Amino acid sequence: MTAFGKLIRTTAFRLTLVYLFLFALFAASLLGYFAWNTRRLITEQITTTVNAETGEISDIFGRRGLRGLVVTIENRALRPGANLYLVTAPAGQAIAGNVGSLAPGVMATSGWSETAYRRLDEQDTADHHALVRVTELPSGFRLLIGRDLEERRRLFGIVAKAAQWSVLIVVVLGLGGGIFVARRVLRRIDAMTGTTQRIMAGDLSGRLPVGRSGDELDRLAENLNAMLERIEALMMGLKEVSDNIAHDLKTPLTRLRNRAEEALAKSGTEAEYRSALERTIEESDGLIRTFNALLMIARAESGQARGNMDDFDAAGVAQGIHELYEPLAEDSGMTLHVKTESTPLHGNRELISQALANLVENAIKYGKPVSAAQPLGADTVLNADQREIWIEARRAGDQVLLSVSDHGPGIPVADRKHAVERFVRLEASRTQPGSGLGLSLASAVATLHGGDLRFDDAHPGLIVTLAIPALSGASDGLAAQTHDVPQKAA
Amino acid sequence: MTATATDIQMRLLIIEDDRESADYLVKAFREVGYVADLASDGEEGLALAEGGDYDVLVVDRMLPKRDGLSLIGALREKGNRTPVLILSALGQVDDRIKGLRSGGDDYLPKPYSFAELLARIEVLSRRRGGPAEDTTYRVGDLELDRLSHRVTRGKDELTLQPREFRLLEYLMKHAGQVVTRTMLLENVWDYHFDPQTNVIDVHISRLRSKIDKGFERPLLHTIRGAGYMIRDGIR
Repeated sequence: MTAFGKLIRTTAFRLTLVYLFLFALFAASLLGYFAWNTRRLITEQITTTVNAETGEISDIFGRRGLRGLVVTIENRALRPGANLYLVTAPAGQAIAGNVGSLAPGVMATSGWSETAYRRLDEQDTADHHALVRVTELPSGFRLLIGRDLEERRRLFGIVAKAAQWSVLIVVVLGLGGGIFVARRVLRRIDAMTGTTQRIMAGDLSGRLPVGRSGDELDRLAENLNAMLERIEALMMGLKEVSDNIAHDLKTPLTRLRNRAEEALAKSGTEAEYRSALERTIEESDGLIRTFNALLMIARAESGQARGNMDDFDAAGVAQGIHELYEPLAEDSGMTLHVKTESTPLHGNRELISQALANLVENAIKYGKPVSAAQPLGADTVLNADQREIWIEARRAGDQVLLSVSDHGPGIPVADRKHAVERFVRLEASRTQPGSGLGLSLASAVATLHGGDLRFDDAHPGLIVTLAIPALSGASDGLAAQTHDVPQKAA
Repeated sequence: MTATATDIQMRLLIIEDDRESADYLVKAFREVGYVADLASDGEEGLALAEGGDYDVLVVDRMLPKRDGLSLIGALREKGNRTPVLILSALGQVDDRIKGLRSGGDDYLPKPYSFAELLARIEVLSRRRGGPAEDTTYRVGDLELDRLSHRVTRGKDELTLQPREFRLLEYLMKHAGQVVTRTMLLENVWDYHFDPQTNVIDVHISRLRSKIDKGFERPLLHTIRGAGYMIRDGIR
């Protein structure tokens, strides 16, 4: 596209054209109105003067007769800038006045008419126009009094010329202004386009130029810059995550490979080969689980799982998970309890169950009281309460809170934000098996449902809460089925 | 592997476009004594499935020419009720729901273990053999009454928790077949995620202590690398 083509395609230029048309139209109609009014005014003025003079002269004729009339007419006709006068006898011949010739038939009809005429003293042959009034005097004489229309015509000419000029000026100034504004806008847009192209080419650090005027383009540029900032941050986050993933998947893969290599290198018995293979399968199962967890998190984070939501009671989920994990907790020397009230919500039951299961698994793995970790005899001094894990489903305001609390060492406040990141395994957990994805998934599930994952202190211990917006309006219907009986482990 | 519970040879049709995994499956199934045919695209699979008398179809979800779900839909429309197990790399909950809705009977995400696949196929094929919906299940001297919820072993009446009852019911319904941990989690608890811990094993050991403890012949067996099986007699 040529530069000019680009210019006339700009919005600014097109707007200019529209305004130009409107202004020209406005100027033309203003002048038109002015011209028409002036013409009317002049005509009115002529009519008034002629009427007055006709009355005056008829009067003179009445009082002083034909002689008086002729003297008066001749006098007046000689004045500079005089009106037009003509008196004719009953037979039609001119007696007095300054009119040499008239269009035929004008004198025969009484009243107003516009006619071409020529003055007596004029040499040129050009026709003039006049507005005249013909009056019949007593005894057959006729009197014509009129006024030349040259003045009116000239005025009209001036107005027409003014109209031409003003329209021309409007067009020239308008076009000039339009091009100026359009080029200015175009330059800035071009600058922005240049930057965006650089960004599209991969340089995410580019930012749009922002002027100082604070106009709409600057505001747009500022907003776009803020957006770029966010995109850059997200991309960085993504990169970090994929680096982590690469690292945390490579480690078990390396282990897997090393074991296979080791088994291959040593000549062993069938039993040794078998056990090496079994370990290999175990290790790959672990990898598959990690992959599945990652996919599930990605799924939850991208919002794809939103399609599979329905209404259910979180109390049921809490009881189900309690039922599933209670024997496991007991085997680990803990007791798992559940306490629920009616908590209807809209969500993905499977994901919320899994999130809660992850929290319970964490509590079983890491929620042992600190002193329990000490060797020999420490168990005996422990209060039974400290080995309790509570699953709780309750409603607080417009939120459903699904929480799991233990009396373990907890997570230091500084580490809490960190704990939900993928593959992050806090100091205490490094020695235990696990993928480091449990809390990430729980957090992603909370986010998917428009809620969040909270950590609180249980003095001592940890309370992890999945806070999810409650189903509005459904509380009454489900309230009847409240199960707030704390279920003790059998 | 486990001895097949069926007297007649099991006939499978595997519809899978990836040559290597298809060959692996055919070979593995033949080793356990099954007849396994192979189709490598959706159209061929549909034609074979309609013509042959198979016990179970193993269908990959993404196939050339006609995808797995549409193949199942076409079969079901024609009144073919052969049990179908869907294999898919799409392993998320909503994918499996879609798969089951389209007429599949079971859904196994890739990668899977052969033991898991085998166990599921045996359970599916049993379905076809007629109603396993007896009101009483018996394995050896263990008896479970599904109506009165009474469980007895010999002369002793056993007291089971509701969930233990359902666990035993599922195991006994598929007596003589391997039942994997995932199958138990799906069918007894209705969860489709895989827990990071051995949560099912703990439930099984509780159940075992109730039904086998103090009896001479154990009925509930652990099948290494696969899962569990309830059966009378030692393998």
